[in-house]
Amino acid sequence: MNKPRPLYLDNASTTRCDPRVVEVMLPFLTEAYGNSGSRNHAFGWEAEEAVEKAREQAAALIGANAKEIIFTSGATESNNLAIKGAAHMYAKAPEGQTGRGHIITALHEHKAVLDPCKRLQKEGFDVTFLQPPADGVITLDMVAKEIRPDTILVSIMWANNEIGTINEIPAIGKLCHDKEIIFHSDGTQWVGKMPTDVERDNIDLLSWSGHKMYGPKGVGALYVRRRKPRVRLEAIFDGGGQERGMRSGTLNISGIAGFGKACELCQHEMQSEGERLLKFRTRLETELAKAIEVTQVNGNASKRVPNITNISFGFVEGESLLMGIKDIACSSGSACTSASLEPSYVLKSLGVGDELAHSSLRLSMSRWTTDKEIDYTIASITKAVLHLRKMSPLYDLYKEGVDISKIQWQTH
Amino acid sequence: MAYSDKVIEHYQNPHNVGSFGSSKEVQARKDVGVGIVGAPECGDVMQLHIQVGENGVIQDAKFKCFGCGSAIASSSLATEWIKGKTVDQALAIKNTEIVEELSLPPVKIHCSVLAEDSIRAAIEDWKKKNGIATAVNAHAAHAH
Ligand SMILES: Cc1ncc(COP(=O)(O)O)c(C=O)c1O
Ligand code: FES
Repeated sequence: MNKPRPLYLDNASTTRCDPRVVEVMLPFLTEAYGNSGSRNHAFGWEAEEAVEKAREQAAALIGANAKEIIFTSGATESNNLAIKGAAHMYAKAPEGQTGRGHIITALHEHKAVLDPCKRLQKEGFDVTFLQPPADGVITLDMVAKEIRPDTILVSIMWANNEIGTINEIPAIGKLCHDKEIIFHSDGTQWVGKMPTDVERDNIDLLSWSGHKMYGPKGVGALYVRRRKPRVRLEAIFDGGGQERGMRSGTLNISGIAGFGKACELCQHEMQSEGERLLKFRTRLETELAKAIEVTQVNGNASKRVPNITNISFGFVEGESLLMGIKDIACSSGSACTSASLEPSYVLKSLGVGDELAHSSLRLSMSRWTTDKEIDYTIASITKAVLHLRKMSPLYDLYKEGVDISKIQWQTH
Repeated sequence: MAYSDKVIEHYQNPHNVGSFGSSKEVQARKDVGVGIVGAPECGDVMQLHIQVGENGVIQDAKFKCFGCGSAIASSSLATEWIKGKTVDQALAIKNTEIVEELSLPPVKIHCSVLAEDSIRAAIEDWKKKNGIATAVNAHAAHAH
């Protein structure tokens, strides 16, 4: 861990925990080690107080009531609890039968939404996976078209984790409320970065994770609406009945305290931070496009969160590009990084051609990103892309005016 | 994934990058064999040009590669190895030798297979242009 660290532009994957958050967490790992469930001594009271404070902080960030916050181990668990919990609670037919109800989600959701939906499909629910359009934005109309009399749940993420695109959330939520359908949103890449108000935005269930917003890993929350409508969920973990019976298990006190602090910091800093991040993103996109021909920013040009950009550099394979900028930590949608030989399913679902999907980089900035780092990143990527294009047979074909898509490749 | 020093060295200073002309020009040249394998959708395309003398000796080789660092290193290494060899000697090069030389991990074996395939394809092309019967197994399919 003592080697010089690369520059970090992979904040959509995880963020550094803010030192102010760490400071709040530490006492609960040392002297204040009580169990918030211990009702009869000071150790327990102290822990409970910390949890309730965090619950207030989390609720304040999204305009909810503290009673509506369930602490979990992260967005994966929150998504599972929301989707499976709602489906099982509102099922139209008992286990073992088909026709248990209809669910709508989208193909470019995170696996932590897709896989629970696929499991429900096997259990007798019908699931519609919306095909996103080329700009990646799921609109009200797309959802409205698929709603059926037996639709029980719609789950559409707020912002996409690979391309940062923002779906039409308040509108989709409103539609669901009008039709009395439960609406869940995976807010992992949204909450803490963008203003959120579950009342105004018509959300019933909202998932998010601490470690994407400068909090600790392994802790997250699920907002569960208590009135208009009162949403009920079937628990996944049964046991001690913590979290109003929806999530049994001794609470992760230090993590939750840190999560709460992270929520509070985001609430106060998102405005100024958002402006800074947008400047960085704009600079990355415009300056790279100026320096390198045939680049493409993936996803809608304006409906995107400010901290994420996903750019394809034509004729250059993503993993080799990462190798050329190895002192910058970031992600590629190329298959070669995943060993699966399949490029990013998110980009594919948008209809980004396979070769451009293989050529993509995701850069995601943070609270600590500096102007100097952005300059350095632009220079490094430019240098690496030009180095690789000198070696690229596809770039030669392009220069010769050959249409690459028309060639009969020997696929394997 | 950490790369071996040799892969990094080939990536930074690839040997014999280039071509013997545009796709049209090399098509017309009888002394040049062209091998293009892989596909952009798979994230890897390797192009090998070989220039073969009257005596069947590979006098020069140039590569271009769209692919990961291991694919670039495999093709760079392949051009080094085949230069000065007869086509038959070059055909005897196995992808496993490339794997060993570059210390490629299992997930990167297909990159070396691509290099072997490109050698075969280029030699086959040269033989065809010069009316030499190609070996039956020149098309050897590799599953990966
Ligand atoms: C949109 C989205 N949903 C869910 C998750 C899963 O979060 P966690 O790993 O904290 O459970 C992530 C993070 O990878 C994400 O980006
Ligand atoms: S070319 Fe795909 S892993 Fe090497």
